[in-house]
Amino acid sequence: MALLEVRDLYTQFFTRDGVVRAVDGVTFEVGAGETLGLVGESGCGKSVTALSLMRLIPSPPGKITQGEIMFDGQDVLKMDEDDVRGIRGNNIAMIFQDPMTSLNPVLTISRQVSEALELHLKMDRSEARKRTVELLELVGIPSARKRLDDYPHQFSGGMRQRVMIAMALSCNPKLILADEPTTALDVTIQAQILDLLKTLAREFRTAFILITHDLGVVAGMTQRIHVMYAGRIVEKADTAELFANPKMPYTWGLLRSIPRLDERRKEKLVPIEGLPPDLISPPPGCKFEPRCAYRRDVCREQEPPLRKIPSAKPDHEARCWGTQEGGWLVGTDWRREIGDVSVLEEIKQETAAVPAGAATIAPSDLPPDVSHKEGV
Amino acid sequence: MPEQRSLWRDAVYRLARNRAALAGLSVIAVAALVAILAPLIAPYDPSDSFTNAGRQAPTLAEPLWGDQRYVDPRYVLGTDVLGRDILSRLIWGARVSMIVGFVPVAMILAVGTTIGMVAGYYGGWVDQLLMRITDVVYAFPDLLFLVIVMATLRNTAFGEILGGLVLMFVALAIVSWVGMARLVRGQVLSLKHREFVEAARAIGVPARRIMLRHLFPNALAPVIVSVAFAIPSAMLAEATLGFLGIGVRPPTATWGVMTNEGFQVFSTSPWPVLLPAFCIGIVMLSFTFLGDGLRDALDPRMKV
Amino acid sequence: MLTYVVRRLLLLIPTLFFVAVVTFALAHAAPGSPFDKNPDRPLPAATIERLERLYGVDRPLHEQFLLYLGNLARFDLGSSLVRDRSVAEIIGSQLPVSAQLGIQALLLALAVALPLGVISALRQNTAVDHASMVLATVGTTIPSFVIAILAIYVFAVHLRLIPIVGWGTPKHMILPTVVLSLGAMAFLTRMTRASMLEAIRQDYVRTARAKGLPEQVVIVGHVLKNALIPVATVVGPATAGLITGSFIVESIFNVPGIGREFVLSITRRDYPLIMGVYLLYAFLIALANLAVDIVYAALDPRIKAA
Repeated sequence: MALLEVRDLYTQFFTRDGVVRAVDGVTFEVGAGETLGLVGESGCGKSVTALSLMRLIPSPPGKITQGEIMFDGQDVLKMDEDDVRGIRGNNIAMIFQDPMTSLNPVLTISRQVSEALELHLKMDRSEARKRTVELLELVGIPSARKRLDDYPHQFSGGMRQRVMIAMALSCNPKLILADEPTTALDVTIQAQILDLLKTLAREFRTAFILITHDLGVVAGMTQRIHVMYAGRIVEKADTAELFANPKMPYTWGLLRSIPRLDERRKEKLVPIEGLPPDLISPPPGCKFEPRCAYRRDVCREQEPPLRKIPSAKPDHEARCWGTQEGGWLVGTDWRREIGDVSVLEEIKQETAAVPAGAATIAPSDLPPDVSHKEGV
Repeated sequence: MPEQRSLWRDAVYRLARNRAALAGLSVIAVAALVAILAPLIAPYDPSDSFTNAGRQAPTLAEPLWGDQRYVDPRYVLGTDVLGRDILSRLIWGARVSMIVGFVPVAMILAVGTTIGMVAGYYGGWVDQLLMRITDVVYAFPDLLFLVIVMATLRNTAFGEILGGLVLMFVALAIVSWVGMARLVRGQVLSLKHREFVEAARAIGVPARRIMLRHLFPNALAPVIVSVAFAIPSAMLAEATLGFLGIGVRPPTATWGVMTNEGFQVFSTSPWPVLLPAFCIGIVMLSFTFLGDGLRDALDPRMKV
Repeated sequence: MLTYVVRRLLLLIPTLFFVAVVTFALAHAAPGSPFDKNPDRPLPAATIERLERLYGVDRPLHEQFLLYLGNLARFDLGSSLVRDRSVAEIIGSQLPVSAQLGIQALLLALAVALPLGVISALRQNTAVDHASMVLATVGTTIPSFVIAILAIYVFAVHLRLIPIVGWGTPKHMILPTVVLSLGAMAFLTRMTRASMLEAIRQDYVRTARAKGLPEQVVIVGHVLKNALIPVATVVGPATAGLITGSFIVESIFNVPGIGREFVLSITRRDYPLIMGVYLLYAFLIALANLAVDIVYAALDPRIKAA
């Protein structure tokens, strides 16, 4: 049994304009000591998923309407409030995006780090203070002892984030949720923080869920990656596999839009066209369909399930009619597909011209023995 | 995707849904109407005293407070200490109150916005100077200053123009322009560096034009809210001064003055005091509701 | 922190100077003042002599001003034109009454507004919240004299619970104190509520909850201090409001304090007294603002360290 097993999680927000389906049926698991990357655009539901795991969803508009969250064998959603609070900061901890606003400006950092120690580990004031110094030194804050009674505004951004990390680590949690931990920081500091997280994960065997929109960040940090879109997971794979052999057009788009140092300077950055769907009344079929260059009629009519992909590693799943068993994108070499922009245009035109139901294979050299059946 | 709404249409829409604000607006509209039509609708001249009538209770009150001695149906709301018809005085009082509400605020708007814009746009020593001045003036309680100005200058030649109204306008304006200037300056400062201003400057639009056509319309929203609160503030000041006996000179009827006069005979007859006090309260409340409604409608950030 | 305090103290000087200039100018502009040589209102010789000594009426303006400033520094505010006492003496004898009224009103306002504002914010959009907001609106909108009149009518005239005017016993004091505190109470309630609502939405509250802290600890330990800091800054203006409100309340309830004296002196055109009280008020308000600024600096570590 994995450390964390999430099954069919649905989190919704009830607003005046309608019900926002922020997390729309999410299932995944995280093993002890494992780092999972949760990747997607803003608004795709990754942060809401993390907050749901700790039941931190603000309750008047939001509600976890369905699902199971099994942590260490217990369903978090069925616990009562006191027990959940016992887990927060203790067995599961969270690191938030903006250290500037996530730390209380009128309390010393010593107080803020010690709080969890006093609450969960029942330390007294002086014990907690001592431990706080150790934690601050662990995360790389120089002169920790002297800075105990300083306030957040007296630290730089990177230092503040280290304080947040120290806070998260304080009670030796089994799982840490890191929500865009480096997004608000300078690029140079980002690398340092990520290194720190990696070291800590290894040393303490803490499981991490690393949430980000930046595929570059997860590349060197995670064992597995889940890509989210419009409140659902659309691809699951081991990290190396995902970068080598992605099987969902959205992922291709994400990979394509990472600026790469080895690109020729003339190449323009290629964003994914269009905007994320409306989460109040999402389209009935595949949520990515309106922006997908490879779409067919079936994509608009029916939502593809998350299924294993043939011609890929066994744990690799994707939510796409095209790449699933018998689909029209089965043999497509994604690197060739989007290596050249004009090819993308060609493909678009070709797929648009094809009547629904007929199977075609995308152009370029494909091995002759690729089987193709009628499109689903 | 929901249709895009411009800030103004959105604001109007939100304001229209705020019942308190609408109620306030209607009351103000009625008061304004009464003020404008005063000569036509007041039954009597407000300065005429019907000395043989003495003090009377409102006709309508007779059945409720049966202990009133004498009620004359000719004077619907009764008469005051000097035998003047209260209803007429209230109606004409509305006129003065409205004027006192709007004229000084117009002055404040003109002066404060100009200075605020100039200071915000040009910055430098102009701005510094303005800020020092406002720091000092700001620390002053408005009412106190008003009281002292009115008390001392009321009997001068200047203080007698228009029965003391001009003096009051000037005094009110002097005290309150600072707040408006600061507000506008703040807005200009935050807008100054936005792209559309840089663009206008880049194509050579003269500074005055930039301020007028570009900066001002965008700074408008908080200015509107500020005006909505400045008007009752001015009216309140006038009423308070009137109550203290240093307001507009008699026999001009203002609600504040009427409260003063009525208070002196409070224990025997409450009506001459309660009626104008009630009017003051209602109008103030209406402006507050309207002002709050405008603020909620125009400032999307504050929507809680 | 020290530099901050010093800077604020220094700002006090131009403010007070400005006040002095204003009072001086107005005193000279007012008709019927000692500087207005009106043959119809001859003043007693003793007063003239005192005035000459204090204000130097026959000397050039700038000399008069310097003389005036000198007098102020020695707390010599002149003599009343109507009563045969010095202004300073009059103020001194009546200040305790006003001070008592003012302090009572301020304490009452704080005692009610702070808890009410906090509770309204925590129970947003419930009956308690709506009720307190209605009260707050009424308190800030309706002029204090209107409320005072209504209060007198209801409690004193109709219900006969309280004597209409006078001072001394609790029964006398309760209505003026309550009426005076209402404006500040309403204002502070609104401010506290708004500040709490703002504070509770901050990210650090989420962080606190994510650590597993019980909601009470989050509110009291994390939110409250942040929320009260902005409120502390408006206690200054609220106190200023109390001071200016006091003369209305004292006049209506006939409380023998400075405020009533001020209003009476206005009707009597007793300019030295008017000016003297005005200076006092301005000074007190400036002092209140300064005190508030210092308290604010002490509370907010971002300023304290600066």
